[in-house]
Amino acid sequence: MTSGFVRHRRSRRAIATFSVFEADLLRSLAAQLVELLRNESAVGAVERDPLEALLDFSGPTTEPEDPVLRRLFPNAYRDDAEAAGEFRRFTESALRDGKARAAATVIDVLEEAGLPAEPAGEDVTIDVELDEQTALVWMRSFTDLRLALGTRLEVEEGDEDYWYALPDDDPRAQAHHIYEWLGFLQETLVGAVR
Amino acid sequence: MTTASPEKVDPGVQEDLTPDEITLADIPWVTVVWNDPVNLMSYVTFVFQKYFGYGRKKAEKLMMEVHEEGRSVVSSGTREEMERDVQAMHEYGLWATLSKAE
Repeated sequence: MTSGFVRHRRSRRAIATFSVFEADLLRSLAAQLVELLRNESAVGAVERDPLEALLDFSGPTTEPEDPVLRRLFPNAYRDDAEAAGEFRRFTESALRDGKARAAATVIDVLEEAGLPAEPAGEDVTIDVELDEQTALVWMRSFTDLRLALGTRLEVEEGDEDYWYALPDDDPRAQAHHIYEWLGFLQETLVGAVR
Repeated sequence: MTTASPEKVDPGVQEDLTPDEITLADIPWVTVVWNDPVNLMSYVTFVFQKYFGYGRKKAEKLMMEVHEEGRSVVSSGTREEMERDVQAMHEYGLWATLSKAE
């Protein structure tokens, strides 16, 4: 099991070693996040005239329905729905795109480090090395993944006892375990970069 | 008995400004970061240092305010500047809003 990130003494990079299982888990979480971000009201950006797409600033103006997306793209104004809608119109598409690209970077790095498309129980390890810029991207993506999982699980502050009391085979307990594992990775990555 | 001065008195403000404009121009906006149960204290401190360029001590103080009081004002400036800060906080996954300074 990975011991998280440490800073490499000479290159100053953040390095970590994952088992294939762990790397594959990270990849599938990141892939699900990309799918979620690209899905709902992705404004059909695919088959459009590129110029038309560039000139179109009309992002969404209302809060997303999915609670995860609501948490990832919160209202910028608490008591002014009109200003919140305007802000959303001009920022949400760019934010979505940035978060999806960050998650895609996580996948790319893992695959470049040797994670096979379909791991078949190989007994190899995946070593990743992140320069500062890439480490920041991973940190943001770990945050997004934890926000997504935490929102789905309805995690609250100081509720650890509730989760630890669930039986091991409860899927919610397993998801919460992954949520905590991502927190551990995040903590070590912040420590390795600062 | 007295009369108003026949001289034109200069009150010290531009005459073409209405009182409303004078007051509004002075009100700064603020970026508020709200507590959430997910983000790590170390990460929130790191973001305040990285994005705002705050020293470790100041960043930790703001983070503790968010954690213990539920919210903290992390920056102030024009409305446009605060919209940029809020957008950046959302990029980092922090829950932030902007409002007029109280």
